[in-house]
Amino acid sequence: MDRNMSLEKVKMPELDAAERAKNFEEVALGYTAAMAQEESQRCLECKNRPCVAGCPVQVNIPEFIHEIKEGNFLEAYNVITATNGLPAVCGRVCPQESQCEKYCVRGKKGEPVGIGRLERFAADFAMSQGALGVKGLPPKNGKKVAVIGSGPAGLTCASDLLKRGYDVTVFEAFHTAGGVLKYGIPQFRLPKEIVDLEINVLKEMGADIELDMVIGKILTIDELKEQGYEAVFIGSGAGLPSFMNIPGENLNDVYSANEFLTRINLMHAYQYPSYDTPIKPYSNVAVIGGGNVAMDAARCAKRLGAGNVYIIYRRSEAEMPARLEEVHHAKEEGIDFRLLEAPVEILGDEKGNVTALKNVHMELGEPDASGRRRPVVIEGSEYTLPMDAVIVAIGQSPNPMIKNSTPALKTQSWGGIITDEETGATSIPGVYAGGDAVTGAATVILAMGAGKTAAKSIDEYLSR
Amino acid sequence: MFKILEKAELARGITKMVIEAPLIARKAQSGQFVVLRTHDKGERFPLTIADFDREAGTITIIFAQIGRSTQQLGTLGQGEAIRDVVGPLGVASHFDPSIKKAAVIGGGLGCAIALPQARHLKAMGVSVDMIAGFKTKDIIILEDEMKAASDKLIITTDDGSFGVHGFVTDALKQQIESGAEYDVVVAIGPIPMMKFVSALTKEYGIKTIVSMNPVMIDGTGMCGGCRLVVGGKTKFACIDGPDFDGHEVDFDAAMRRLAMYDGLKERSEDCRLVQMADKEN
Repeated sequence: MDRNMSLEKVKMPELDAAERAKNFEEVALGYTAAMAQEESQRCLECKNRPCVAGCPVQVNIPEFIHEIKEGNFLEAYNVITATNGLPAVCGRVCPQESQCEKYCVRGKKGEPVGIGRLERFAADFAMSQGALGVKGLPPKNGKKVAVIGSGPAGLTCASDLLKRGYDVTVFEAFHTAGGVLKYGIPQFRLPKEIVDLEINVLKEMGADIELDMVIGKILTIDELKEQGYEAVFIGSGAGLPSFMNIPGENLNDVYSANEFLTRINLMHAYQYPSYDTPIKPYSNVAVIGGGNVAMDAARCAKRLGAGNVYIIYRRSEAEMPARLEEVHHAKEEGIDFRLLEAPVEILGDEKGNVTALKNVHMELGEPDASGRRRPVVIEGSEYTLPMDAVIVAIGQSPNPMIKNSTPALKTQSWGGIITDEETGATSIPGVYAGGDAVTGAATVILAMGAGKTAAKSIDEYLSR
Repeated sequence: MFKILEKAELARGITKMVIEAPLIARKAQSGQFVVLRTHDKGERFPLTIADFDREAGTITIIFAQIGRSTQQLGTLGQGEAIRDVVGPLGVASHFDPSIKKAAVIGGGLGCAIALPQARHLKAMGVSVDMIAGFKTKDIIILEDEMKAASDKLIITTDDGSFGVHGFVTDALKQQIESGAEYDVVVAIGPIPMMKFVSALTKEYGIKTIVSMNPVMIDGTGMCGGCRLVVGGKTKFACIDGPDFDGHEVDFDAAMRRLAMYDGLKERSEDCRLVQMADKEN
């Protein structure tokens, strides 16, 4: 076939912005086979494969794209799943612009190859064919490993351990597996049916997933070891929400993004009263923060019918940690970005309900320790916006439950589990950790990379 | 799935269930709670563990059928199963070993949660007076159990239809005035009751522990839906509590947050407790 020398990616069809902002259906519709093959022909299949080095789980990118070129879509899926247990998820939610696609040679002049879109295509195609059976698992080695948390880190670690012959039990605190893929990322970005299909692959590989199990409360890590688990992986994420500590934060209608998103995504509050968990209807909603969580919360608020939804972010757009595509989608859907602004007070009425948000304008000063220019308040710039709900999306830290019940586990002052960067080993022999539980809130794919590293280390530890 | 081994109606609209949950029973301690979900479209809601039996592998819950979810739970019978039961959650109650005499106060359904606290204190060798308050005679629960768990049981009714006429605060004040020297007061019930008990004991300088029951979703500290203001600081009831120092809790703020979803709650007209409450108001 001819090489496709277009400077732009093949466009991916999307739902119309005005229409989609009224429902929770998936925004990006994915490539057809013809579009995927056309896009695959933009890949130069370079020998030094810089894209692979940019992928935290080292998917063999040119190889799977080659299979798509040839029309061998299932084979493309097999190439991906050799190293990536959640391709339908990654193709949708990875920040490809700062990972694989950042290093794509085609990106030097024009747009990089749409690697994420192609990965998604291969995974969705395989799922539509029901071709999720996992081939070539080794015989069981008789060794048991416990995985705490069924988010991206835990699922990836479990997947890699199963491929190495271990018996794996995944302990999940919620009533359904998936972690942030279920409670955090909304349906319109990552359909829950897709997450369940990926988890089913794991079950078919033999993973035992135990729900409603809050490790640290119902069982401790020491007790897991007593029960015969020879190694433990902690992938419990960073679920503890941070608040701003400004006046009015305990008023009604002030939510952590975790609460707002959990009600909507995990508990289906957007389908109330068909589902039992409620969420109140609001007209004016402010979301504080500039990450993916803030974008998700704002776009959910819009879909619940709010006329005005604001993103309040204290730096400028260039510093926003959210994925470019999500910022773009949010803007298309009519989210009002108030950049270089910060809330100083939430005002309420006598019933304790939110009535307004008081903001100040900021300017960027000298770079801080993180290398980003520090926002500085412009004196006298206060103004008030009418508001009836405020969602705080300024970050999360690891939940202290496992740390508190495991005194020997060394953690950072802010709660992150201390691990060896190379191996994921914690201060307790045989106990490994990875993902947001170690780094604080980061990305799905970095958590998956950490799960992969830990699986390799656990295998080495138990093979000694 | 968690099987219901026993079900009994303790009073009108107040149900007791013994649930098969061996892992939870093995770890449960007085003061802790579970989060339940009755079916696939159900919400998650918290209930205190009213009792547990480690040998039998069971926990007991006692609840009033006042909202959508507790009514759904009430429709389940013996032999049926609850979709999800998560626990034991929260920090177990902790009492100073030097305590000699305690007053344990329960308001209505709160008596079901006050009872294990009384038993716990009795087991520590503490002399326990229990004061149990009810609106009216018909909804008195656990009288025999409370009698057995305390050295003295005073039952009050708001309408005087049984026991002492008046509120629990009246009985507590009378006990203190007549010379009962309490080292600690434990108050569990509706927020106004805990608020007034705390205000009273503050006058006398008696340490007071209350058990808060805000709206919860996950119950594991990941959302802050249950947050309270305690001693001027934000606390999450599910991981920092549910027990707090009654002299430090901002009860008015807690009451406002508890009322947040009131407009949305679908309350069944069949519910007798609601009918009763409506009649009284």
